[in-house]
Amino acid sequence: MIERLKKYCGCISPSGCEDEIRELIIQDIQQIATRYEVDRMGNLIAFKKGRKTPDKKVVVSAHMDEVGLMVKYISDEGYIYFDPIGGIDPRVVGGRRVVIGDKRIYGVVASKAIHLQKKKERGMVVPLEEMYIDIGCDDKKSCEEVVSVGDVATFVPNFEEFGDGLIKSKAIDDRFGCALLVELMQEELEYDTYFAFVTCEEVGTDGAKQVAFNLRPDIAIAIEATTAGDVLGAPKSRYACELRKGAVISHIDGSTIYDKKLVEYALATAQENNIKCQLKNVIAGGNDASAYQRTAAGARVLAVSAPTRYIHSASNVVCKDDLFEIKKLVLALLQKGF
Amino acid sequence: MLNTIKKFTSVNSVSGSEEKLRALIEKEILPFVDSVQTDAMGNLIAYKKGENSEKKLMVAAHMDEIGFVVTYIEDNGIIRVSNIGGIRPIASAYHPVVFANGTIGILGIDANTKPEEIKINKLFVDIGAKSRREAEKKVKIGDICAVAPSFKKLAGGRYAAKAFDDRIGCAVAVDAARNAKKTAMDTYYVFTVQEEVGLRGSKPSAFSVMPDYAVAIDVTTADAPGEKGVSVTLGGGAAIKIKDSSVICSKVMVDRLTALAKENNIKHQYEILTAGGTDTASMQLAGAGSVAGCISIPTRYIHSPVEVLDMADVKACSQLLTALIENGIE
Repeated sequence: MIERLKKYCGCISPSGCEDEIRELIIQDIQQIATRYEVDRMGNLIAFKKGRKTPDKKVVVSAHMDEVGLMVKYISDEGYIYFDPIGGIDPRVVGGRRVVIGDKRIYGVVASKAIHLQKKKERGMVVPLEEMYIDIGCDDKKSCEEVVSVGDVATFVPNFEEFGDGLIKSKAIDDRFGCALLVELMQEELEYDTYFAFVTCEEVGTDGAKQVAFNLRPDIAIAIEATTAGDVLGAPKSRYACELRKGAVISHIDGSTIYDKKLVEYALATAQENNIKCQLKNVIAGGNDASAYQRTAAGARVLAVSAPTRYIHSASNVVCKDDLFEIKKLVLALLQKGF
Repeated sequence: MLNTIKKFTSVNSVSGSEEKLRALIEKEILPFVDSVQTDAMGNLIAYKKGENSEKKLMVAAHMDEIGFVVTYIEDNGIIRVSNIGGIRPIASAYHPVVFANGTIGILGIDANTKPEEIKINKLFVDIGAKSRREAEKKVKIGDICAVAPSFKKLAGGRYAAKAFDDRIGCAVAVDAARNAKKTAMDTYYVFTVQEEVGLRGSKPSAFSVMPDYAVAIDVTTADAPGEKGVSVTLGGGAAIKIKDSSVICSKVMVDRLTALAKENNIKHQYEILTAGGTDTASMQLAGAGSVAGCISIPTRYIHSPVEVLDMADVKACSQLLTALIENGIE
C-alpha cells in the first residue's frame, strides 16, 4: 500500500484536472475490476463482483483530486499570479516549491521581501492574491512560452518516510483513499461492491454528487484523510483525532451527521477484530459523505479516515500503522456485509 | 390537538437522532393515511391517496431540534459539548439537559465569562460526576443531549415549551390529516430530519416524492419585545410565508393559501422572514421543481427552552392546511 501511495502522491491532479491520477489508477485496476467506467465529470467507477450479491448496493469512495493553484495572470516581469483551487491556507503557501502543468515547470511561491514590507504588513499573513510564482523567467514573453493562464500547479511531490513509522507528502488527502480502494479491490470480496474514485471533492464534493445520482447506492463509505489536532498549541479538548490511534470514525462533522447504526456497526466491528479506532470529536470539515447522503433519495453514510496532521499543506503527515488499521477495518466491514 | 402537542414535545429529537419522535408520529398519523415508510436518512413519509392522482402535494414538517454533542470529558468529570444547529448559548445556559439514556445534566457557562464572550466553547454539562471515570459510566464522546422537555400553560391561550420549533408543525400536519374530510391530490405528509443543520432531510425526501405542490409547516419569529420590523404578530393568525432567507415562495401557493383563508374566514397574515430558512426551499428545488409555499406558526423566543405560541394561531394554521388538503390548488 505504501509504494502505491507514494506513486499516487506524485501526480499533479488538483480538482478538475484528475487525468494523471485517474490513468494510474486505471492501470492498477483494469485487471482486477469486473468492469469500470469513467463518467462525464471524470469520476472512475469500478465494480468488483463478490461471492454473493447483497440486497444493498454498497459503494466505497475516495477522491482523486487535491488542493492546488491555478494561473490567472502573468505580469510583465514574468511573475505568475494565481487563485487557489480548494481550501489552501495562505500561511502554508509562501516560500513553497510548486510545479506547474503537464510540462512540469518548477517554481517557487514568493511575495514581497520582509525588508520591503511596510511596518503594518510585517507579522501579517500575506494574502494569496499578493503572492506569485517565480519560475525564473525574465519577462512575460518567455514565461508564456511554458505557462498559460488556466494552467494548474501543486506543491512539488515530496513523499518521504520519517520518524517512527510516519510519512509526509503532499496530497495524502486523498491519495491514501485511492490507494486503499485499489488494495481492497485486490482482495477476494464476499459481496459485490462498487469503488468510486471521484473528482472535485475539494471544491464542493461535485464529483460524488454525480456518482451518487447515477449509482443510487444504499450505503456509501467515504475513505478520507482528516485533520489530526494533536499538534503544539491545540488544547486536548480540540484534538479531533490523533496519530497512532487508528482509524477515525466520524459521527458528525461540518456537513454530515452520519448514520448512527453504521457508526455503531463500524465501532463494534473494530472491537471484534482488535482494530484500533477512534471517534472524530470536533464538528468541522466535510467530505463526500454529504453528497452521498443527500443526493437523489439519499443513502446511509459512513466515513473512515486517516488521522492526518497539516492537511492541505505541502506536507500531510500520517502514520503507516494507522493506514493499515483502516484497511483492516474497511475490509472487515465489506466481508461482514451490511 | 393539545394532547398531540404535549406528546410530541415530551421527547428529545436532536438532528440525526429523531427515532423516538418518529415512532410517536408514525403511531399518531397511521389511522389517517394509506401507508407509512422511513427512508435512508430517517425521514418519515406518510401517503394518502387523493381523489385526483394526477398531481402530488407534499406537506413537510421537521422532526429535529437543536441540541448538543459531547466532544470531550475533562478529568474532573465536566463534559464539553459542541452545538448541533443554531444554538444561542445564552438562551440555553443554566437549564437542565437530558441524554438519550436518561442522564440529566446542567448546562453551565465557565465562570467569569463576559456576556459577549459566551460562545459554545464556554459551555459545559455538569452531570454531577466527580471524575472522568464516573462521568464515562453515563456519557461518552459522541452522545447527544438536548434541553429537557417542558410544556407550560400561560395566560390567554398561550403556551411555552422547548422545541415548538417544529413539533408544532408536526402536530399541525397530523391534525390536518386527522381533520381533512377529503383529500384532493395524492398527499404525502413528510416528517423530515436534520432541518436545523441545513435543510438536509427534505432534499432526499422531496426527491423521492417529486411533488407538484409543496407546503412546509414551520415556526416563524413573532413580535417579541425588542424585535423591530417583524412582519408577524403573535395572535395575528396563520402566517402565509412570502419569503425567508432560503426561498421566495411561489406566487401560486401564496395566492391559493390567501384565497382559502378568506373563503374559510381563517385569520391570517403574511410573513417575510429576514433570517432563517425552511424545508420550503429544498422542496421548491427538488427534481424539476415544485410550486412551494409555507404556513408558519408565529412563535416567540425561537431556539430557547421557552418558545411561546398562541393556540388560536395554531388552530388557524391547522384549518388553513386542512382547507388546502381538501380543496387542492385549482
